[in-house]
Amino acid sequence: MIVSIADNIITPLGDTTAANIDAILDGRTGLRRHDGLFGLPEPVCASLIDRDDMRRRFGELCDIRGVAPDGYTIFEQMCVLTAVATIDAAGIDGGSPDLQLFISSTKGNVGLLADDMMHPGYPLGHSAMMVARFFSNPNIPVVASNACVSGVSAQIAAVRALLAGRCRHALVIGCDVLSRFIIAGFQSFKALASEPCRPFDAARCGLNLGEAAASMLLSSTDVDDRWCYIGCSNHNDANHISGPSRTAEGALRVIDDLHRALPDVAPACISLHGTATMYNDEMEAIAIHRAGLDNVPVMGLKGYYGHTLGAAGVLETVLTMAAIDRGIVLPTRGYADCGVSYPLNIASHVREVHGDCFYKIMSGFGGSNAGIAYRRTGGVV
Amino acid sequence: MTVVATCRITPQGCVLDGREVATGTLPDIYRALIGGYPKFFKMDPLCRLGFVAAELLLRDLDDATRAGMAVVLFNSMGSLHADRAFERTIIDPAQFYPSPATFVYTLANIVTGEIAIRHKISGETSFYILPAHDPEQMRLLTEDVALTSPVSHALSGWVEYVSDDEYEADFKIYRYD
Repeated sequence: MIVSIADNIITPLGDTTAANIDAILDGRTGLRRHDGLFGLPEPVCASLIDRDDMRRRFGELCDIRGVAPDGYTIFEQMCVLTAVATIDAAGIDGGSPDLQLFISSTKGNVGLLADDMMHPGYPLGHSAMMVARFFSNPNIPVVASNACVSGVSAQIAAVRALLAGRCRHALVIGCDVLSRFIIAGFQSFKALASEPCRPFDAARCGLNLGEAAASMLLSSTDVDDRWCYIGCSNHNDANHISGPSRTAEGALRVIDDLHRALPDVAPACISLHGTATMYNDEMEAIAIHRAGLDNVPVMGLKGYYGHTLGAAGVLETVLTMAAIDRGIVLPTRGYADCGVSYPLNIASHVREVHGDCFYKIMSGFGGSNAGIAYRRTGGVV
Repeated sequence: MTVVATCRITPQGCVLDGREVATGTLPDIYRALIGGYPKFFKMDPLCRLGFVAAELLLRDLDDATRAGMAVVLFNSMGSLHADRAFERTIIDPAQFYPSPATFVYTLANIVTGEIAIRHKISGETSFYILPAHDPEQMRLLTEDVALTSPVSHALSGWVEYVSDDEYEADFKIYRYD
């Protein structure tokens, strides 16, 4: 079986998974208003990493490991920091040929183009090699770049490499950092809310952006007291490149596939994308309704972190695992009144969870939809 | 997996199943061999490249085969051409005019979406970025799709657009055995 051995999250709310769950339960958010960010004319509500702190921590790490810190961008530093935390917790060797890296990112070092349109540090494959090189890992790293669904795509690619027996351990890293490029782009779409976002709420008016790095180590093992992979799915809407299907075709197919993977067990909860845009949240509600899962507890975590792009699928999977381990469904910060056509089982307060299986689903530009299901084997601790 | 058909497009021309079928720019090839899809001209060059190569391979397949197939594409530079185009619209505060029509193409996987829309493909669409053109890694990641989904065919290959003088699509249709 394929199980999650260890994980880590680095966000403005904390640099471990436990610290992030504690912060969520305290009702904290990383979202703040920033004026003049990246020299942009309009204020932005975003969740930003303390870059000086990251650089300091990366420098300390390099000192301890005897690695030259030069040439690592903030994006690569965050990938390495979360990867080291997860690999160390798992007690495995990052340089092992049994380990392969799967990185999820939408834009990586795109901010470098502002300095140089031919910048050699731009390609995501270059960043992936920088991360692999930090551990002296000999395998070619794979980057999944499928817009918002990237974090689930990378988990799916990792699961398949394990199923195929090409590696024993697959480290999935999700990370994106913000830049003038990304924020100006989302502003041009009129997609950004000026206040902390309100997923699925009647007053929702757009998304916030955020920075995060998250990682999880998936391994082939016989040990069964862990989060165990159950099923995965990826379907295109074949409808529009920048808007979701009005009938939620792709997302529905994904949920139906996940249900078929474990047909006798209803998920204890579904971790939704919940960007707080009008279209995304409505589409997800339609998908849940059409799948007949209106009664299943759902949650959306963008009110704490904003949309962390390539990190989101990994971040939100890890948080959902950690929440169920604590016996709870996390609150959906920003939600108050139902603002979708089919009411969801959603709340802004902590709820007890009943069951040991969950779905993580994502949808994004390019018509992509992806989902993955895990089950806690050996009983919820 | 068995290779059913191949298409390779570079600035030197378009080769379908080993036979040169057109030369010239992507719009030239589109006009000579395809036509009738005005949305082609809204696409950025990466999408145009992937669209033309996919069109020549997929248009003779039946609807049911296309609907369930996987689209698995790769490159090393992501959406570099579109990223540079968007960066030029925001770099100078005196000429700051970011547009959603440009920004939407700054995601590498949009090309998989354009192909899915055109051919009504509701199967998997995946885009991977690799450190270098690596046919073996590409074949493995494509083969792996069948491990977790009941798929009969895949459109798979390399699609890289650096500049008008430097681009390559190298696509295959695979049938899973």
